[in-house]
Amino acid sequence: MKNLHISTTVNGDQTEFVCAPDETLLDVLRNRLGLTGAKEGCGTGDCGACSVTLNGRLVCACLVLGAEADGAEIGTVEGLATGDHLHPLQSNFIEHAALQCGVCTPGILVAAKALLEKNPNPTDTEIRYWLAGNLCRCTGYDKIIKAVQIAAAEMRNA
Amino acid sequence: MRYEKPSTAQEATNLLATEPGIARVLSGGTDVLVQIKAGMIEPDLIVDIKNLDRIRDITPEQGGFRIGAAVSGATLGEHAGVTALWPGVVEAFELIGSTQVQGRATMAGNLCNGSPAADSVPAMVAANAIARIAGPDGARNCPVQDIPVSPGRTALAKGEFITSIFLPARPERAADAYLRFTPRTEMDIAVASAAVSLELDADGTCTSARIALGAIAPTVVLVDAASICIIGTKLDATSLEAMSEACSAACNPIDDKRGTVEFRTRIVGVLAKRAALIAYKRAGGRA
Ligand SMILES: Cc1cc2nc3c(=O)[nH]c(=O)nc-3n(C[C@H](O)[C@H](O)[C@H](O)COP(=O)(O)OP(=O)(O)OC[C@H]3O[C@@H](n4cnc5c(N)ncnc54)[C@H](O)[C@@H]3O)c2cc1C
Ligand code: FES
Ligand code: FES
Repeated sequence: MKNLHISTTVNGDQTEFVCAPDETLLDVLRNRLGLTGAKEGCGTGDCGACSVTLNGRLVCACLVLGAEADGAEIGTVEGLATGDHLHPLQSNFIEHAALQCGVCTPGILVAAKALLEKNPNPTDTEIRYWLAGNLCRCTGYDKIIKAVQIAAAEMRNA
Repeated sequence: MRYEKPSTAQEATNLLATEPGIARVLSGGTDVLVQIKAGMIEPDLIVDIKNLDRIRDITPEQGGFRIGAAVSGATLGEHAGVTALWPGVVEAFELIGSTQVQGRATMAGNLCNGSPAADSVPAMVAANAIARIAGPDGARNCPVQDIPVSPGRTALAKGEFITSIFLPARPERAADAYLRFTPRTEMDIAVASAAVSLELDADGTCTSARIALGAIAPTVVLVDAASICIIGTKLDATSLEAMSEACSAACNPIDDKRGTVEFRTRIVGVLAKRAALIAYKRAGGRA
């Protein structure tokens, strides 16, 4: 298998990597770029733990080839905070105990951020449908929905 | 495995036609990557079509819309024109997967994957959508309903792929709707589904109907016998009942853990009836 040389942008930084043609973007992020925020829960698009944005669209990094990142803009959870300053979603997830083991959290944060960019004032139902592809096996969804709502309110008032 | 990202349809066709091993078109990858991961397929060549000209565009054409083969569900759902003209096609496609899957999945991929339960396919068939196909002998048009031939198989020849899907114009008083039955409300596969597209005259009488059923036979089924029951009516209870029975009679389903033959046969008639009433109301009729 011939390796491919890919130029891309990750969280605003110009990045280059080499990958095999059948390597997923998730494997590239974790194993080649050291960005281990995105997690592999299933590898088949069901759990959302690998959620990232690709040219502004929320996607499962496990269902994207690394090669497809060429010329694209990728956003991961590592891009949420500004320096040491956490994103309101991050600080409210901590404040309101919206995580336990944390495996689902990076994906949920990236997904929730994408929602709030599109809809800064969502209903609980809209949040639940938007996050239907993000599974959490320990926290329970109520706390997650509440933390998203509180962060959304904070961002609207900022 | 090789990965190619051609920039012309000709180049893509040549790659697909001359590959001696297993070649796969890659669009949104939400089926292809799952199948590779599961070891169901081991392609020698992946042809990513997302770099082709106009392949991600939605273009108005003769009162209808041409949907590029790489247009994602998210892009389609944001298009006010398509949503207004073909609400049933958009609602069917938006039922697929999660927000993440919608960010990538395409109608052409849903069609070419060949699943009998593919959600957008009955809606496209009810809409009389036409696929534009590129191939070694040039471009051709083919009704969407003629593309699936059996589970996982399509009528596309080696070297051929879909470049766009055309949703035609329709008269003012016309609309469509799609309903599926799933045990869960999200992230599930249809046990049975029905798409109905109607045209009405000024007093609300149905002048034309196309009814397509999913997941109740090896491929999508267009049920003319059901359409006949409601054409010329205002969808009164008796006509709807006859239509529902015609849908059930057209079933040739499988028994599996998600639904029995009896259940699928019965529920598909109910879904068709409800979808017809939604389409009727959207088209401006009062039932
Ligand atoms: C978590 C999850 C949930 C899902 N839920 C649903 C659901 O509810 N309902 C449903 O119907 N599906 C569902 N799917 C399946 C899948 O998302 C859809 O079938 C989707 O529309 C496939 O589109 P794609 O662009 O991703 O296809 P791809 O994976 O890129 O391709 C699918 C197949 O079609 C071929 N192909 C793609 N584009 C073309 C083309 N232009 N010309 C010729 N051949 C082509 C490919 O070679 C491949 O064989 C789900 C998938 C996942 C991962
Ligand atoms: S790891 Fe990608 S969706 Fe589960
Ligand atoms: S916090 Fe453990 S999976 Fe969500």
